[in-house]
Order: sequence, then C-alpha cells, then structure tokens
Amino acid sequence: MAMLEVNNLKVAFDTPDGTLQAVRGLSYRLEAGQTLGIVGESGAGKSQGVFALMGLLPDNARVSGEVMFEGEELLNLPEKQMNRIRAARIGMIFQDPMTSLNPFMKVSDQLTEVLVQHKGISRKQALQESLQMLDAVRIPEARNRIHRYPHEFSGGMRQRVMIAMSLLCRPQLLIADEPTTALDVTVQAQVMALLRELQQEFSTAIILITHDLGVVAGSCDQTLVMYGGQMMEYAATRDLFRDPSHPYTKGLMGAIPRIDEQIEELVTIPGNPPNLMNLPPGCPFCDRCPVAEPRCYHELDPPEHFEPDRIRVCNLPREAIR
Amino acid sequence: MFSFIIRRLAVAVPTILALITVSFVLMHAAPGGPFTNERNVPEAVMENIEAKYNLDKPLWQQYFIYVGNVAQGDLGPSFRYKDFTVNELIESSFPRSAYIGAWSFLFVVVFGVGLGIIAALKQNRWPDYTVMTAAMTGVVFPNFVMAPLLVLLFAVTLRWLPAGGWEGGQVEYIVLPIIAMATSYIAQVARITRSSMIETMRSPFIRTARAKGIPRHKIVLRHALKPSLIPVVSYLGPAFVGIITGSVIIDQVFSTGGIGQHFVNGAINRDYSLILGVTILVGVLTIIFNAAVDILYTWLDPRVRY
Repeated sequence: MAMLEVNNLKVAFDTPDGTLQAVRGLSYRLEAGQTLGIVGESGAGKSQGVFALMGLLPDNARVSGEVMFEGEELLNLPEKQMNRIRAARIGMIFQDPMTSLNPFMKVSDQLTEVLVQHKGISRKQALQESLQMLDAVRIPEARNRIHRYPHEFSGGMRQRVMIAMSLLCRPQLLIADEPTTALDVTVQAQVMALLRELQQEFSTAIILITHDLGVVAGSCDQTLVMYGGQMMEYAATRDLFRDPSHPYTKGLMGAIPRIDEQIEELVTIPGNPPNLMNLPPGCPFCDRCPVAEPRCYHELDPPEHFEPDRIRVCNLPREAIR
Repeated sequence: MFSFIIRRLAVAVPTILALITVSFVLMHAAPGGPFTNERNVPEAVMENIEAKYNLDKPLWQQYFIYVGNVAQGDLGPSFRYKDFTVNELIESSFPRSAYIGAWSFLFVVVFGVGLGIIAALKQNRWPDYTVMTAAMTGVVFPNFVMAPLLVLLFAVTLRWLPAGGWEGGQVEYIVLPIIAMATSYIAQVARITRSSMIETMRSPFIRTARAKGIPRHKIVLRHALKPSLIPVVSYLGPAFVGIITGSVIIDQVFSTGGIGQHFVNGAINRDYSLILGVTILVGVLTIIFNAAVDILYTWLDPRVRY
C-alpha cells in the first residue's frame, strides 16, 4: 500500500458569485521517500489540491474524494485529530517565507512551539533540537540568530528556517508549495539542493508544487500536470519528459527556451487559462489546444490508465499527440 | 529608545506653545469678556478689576505674562471662580475624572477587545451578530442619551444606585458614570478589534501556524492577538485622553464634579485662564499618550524601530 493515496479529489468554493471549481478530480499515489511534482500554471488548483490534504482550506470550501495517508482517511478528519498529523507526520513549506513566518514572533518561539506541541518536551529541550535543525539547514551562527525576528533574516535564510520548522518532527511527508518561487535564482538552486539532501537524510516523501519544469526534472520521481483544476497527465518524470502524452504537457515543454539555440521570440501556449467560475463543459484546455477536435468542447473522456501508473486525460488517442 | 523620548520631548515644547498661542488668540478674538455680564458696575471698579487680571494691558503683554507664568507651572487665577486659581480647580476636578476614566478605560480594553475577538472568531454566526448589533447600538447611542437613561432606570425606577454625586468616589456613585463613559468606546473598540482580528486570521502566517498543528485558541493568543491589537492601540491612545479628561455630559448628569464641566463653563464664561488651563492639560496629555502609543508599537511590532 502506498504511503499516500489520493483518489478523485475535488475542491470547490462557494462564493457570492457562484461556485468556483478549483480542483476537479485529482488522483495520485506517493511511496515513502519518493517525490511527486505537481506542475501547472497559476490558478490550476495546485495549491488548493494540497491544502485540502492538510485541512487548510477556508470555511467556504467543499472537498470530496478520498485521501488515504498511511491507511487513514484525512478528509473530514476532526480538527483535533488533524492537528496531531499536521507538522508531526505531514510537514508543509509555503511559497513566501516573508509572509508565512509570523513577523511578530521570534524565530525561536515559532520553532519551539512545534516541538512543545507535538512531542510534549520542555521549551529548553525544544530550543536545543531547534538549534540542531537550524544547523542542518545550514543557518550560520544559528545560536545567535535563533532569537531574532524573521525580518532580520534574508529571503533564502527565511525559507531555510521554514524548512527547518517543517522538518522538526521528522514528518514522513513534506508538502512544499512553490518553495522557491519568491527567491532569487541562485538561492533557488541552493534551497532545492538542501531539500533533496534533507530528503535523503530523513527519508521524507515530498510533494513539490512548482511551475518550474526544470525543478521537476531535477528532483521529482513522478509528475502530475494540472490545468484548469483538472489532472491532465500523471507519469514517472522520466517518461513524461521523454514521451509526453498530452498536448498541454507538450506545449509546456515546447515553451522551455533552449540555451543553445538563437531565437527571436519565446515560444508560448497562446491564450489564457479558463475561468474557474465558468468552465467549459468539455476539456478545460480545448481553447488553447492545437489539436482540439469539435467534441473536446463538449465532453471529456474519463482518465485513461496505461502502462503501469500512468494516467492521461485527453479525448485524442496517444498516437495523435506525437 | 532613549533618544526617541528626548526627541519627542523636544517637539512637545513648541507644540504646546503653538497650542497656547492659537487658543489665546482665538479666545480673545471672540466677542465679550469675562466681566461683560457684570451690570451696573461703576467704571472705576471695572478698571480695578481689569487691572487686577492684567486685562488693561495690551494683548501682546498679556500673552507674554501668561506664557511666563505657565512656564513656571502657574496657570493663573480663575476669572469666574474668584477664590480659586486654575491650578486649584484642575487639582480638585481632574483626579475625579481621571478616576472614573481609568476604570472606564479598563472596561473598554477588557470588554472591547474581548467582545471583538469573540465576534471575529464566530464570524457570521450568532455571537458575531449579537456583539455587532450591540456595538452598533452603542456607537449610535451618544452619552447624552445614555447618561439620563441610566439615571432614569437605575436611580429613579429601580432605586438601586444614587442618581449623582461623588462622596469620595464610592463604588455606587461611580458605577453609572463609568457605564455612561465606557459604552460607546467599548462598542468602537469591539468593532475595530473584530475587523482587525478577521484580517489577521486570514494572513499566510496564521495558515502556517495551522499547518503546524497548533490548536486554535493558542493560534489566536500567540499568533494573532498582537498584530490585531495594532489598530486598537492607535485608536485607544488618543481616546484615552478623552476618557480620563471626562465629559461635560457626565459631570452635568451625575454631578461628579469632574473636569469636563470646566471645558464648557470656561468657554461660556470667557474664563480665559480656565479655558487655556484645560486646553494645555489636554494638549500635554495628548502628547504624552501619543508617545506612549508609539512606544507600544515597538513592543507590538518588532519591525518598528525608532
């Protein structure tokens, strides 16, 4: 049995203007110690899909489907039981460490409260363990820095603090929601390298949300491509890059500029993502799909499972995509 | 921090001086004087009276004499309460207002912030609606309606409490003034706290705290309270001065003998020194408590440094 199994996960938000369908049917599995990449444009439902696992969605969200984590159903778990899983067994890193660390609290307090909460150890002991973890994420002079506030750290350093915080209880699963998006490019590489290294050390499974295909290629075992709240393709990363079976995946890869080619204009996928309030009845990608057929505008076939553990959601046969 | 206080003090002196100057000019620009109501006074007597209060001198001389006296802490004799100096009037009335005010302030903070937090955490459910309806009522009910209603209900109809007086500030005499004073401020603070708390609870760092498995009550107290209090403190600093300097309504309705009455009586009687005296008092208190608010900010928000 896989450590994490997500089946047909759906997330919708009730808003005054109607229902917003953020996630429409996500399914994936993650084995212990493996890394899953979730890629897609902004608004594709990547973050909402993982917030749902942690019960972090706002009150107006409606979630359905099945999320089995080590044999336990996470959806609709009472808050009290969910709190025993959060940080203790599933850690989380957010996009912008400037706003996701509490600017009003010392870093030491933000770190130790996790350990005090979940391990019931004394604050003093928690401080020792927090220092060790800051050393592990290579914060120089952690002993002096730990009693400072987040704004006294640099951007990369803040994300290291965030990573340290999420790993304090050695969770089996770490969810990283665009951990490098708010960072400088050079710092991005360092943070990704650090994550990979810590993953080895603590044998943590990672769900990595990103819109950087380079990051996915470099660090993910499986990749899930999302568009308009829908899963488009799910495959082992190597297979996905070698043999994309979906027009959207192909489009994304075609949009990666190559350093060894002289080009006038960057390749893009023309058009814009669909409005999640008012989704077309068929495939969400139909408007921008270069090979769309008339029926793509009205209907979408159920997910097609092929090869071991590969899923695609497309009306066209695989041969037509090549 | 120390240099901040020094800088604040340095700015305070010219501010007070400007306050005195503007008040002094405006006061003398208003028609009439302290003794225009005294009828049938022989001219010689009038001249003597005016000479006693330096009113016969040119305005600029009066101004400098006054400022000189204020610099020595002497606010001058009252023009109306002839046996009293302004210092004496303030010394006898301000402590009463400050006493009522301090208690009112305590209730404002405890109930205003408390109710605001409850409303925010139960947003769009019955506790929220109850608190916000009550707060709206409190805001639109001015204390000149509130105070007589309280007297009517608790003193006249139920006969639980005395209708007015001071009696050394015994509990039964100050309960109604405190309620009348605090109600609208509690309402205002509850509204500010609620909206600020709701905004804070939506911040990304609260989501992080939830992802850390911290129970809700600890998130509110440890993570959300301090940031939510910043707008409350901004409001309460200046409001505090208003609360401890009392109100003419409350002094009138409950005959508490507080300082509030002097604001209005001083102006009506053209009691020049009394008007200036209470104006300076409010000015000084405002400067002090604005500085106190600024110092509080540094404690609330570690990013603020002076």
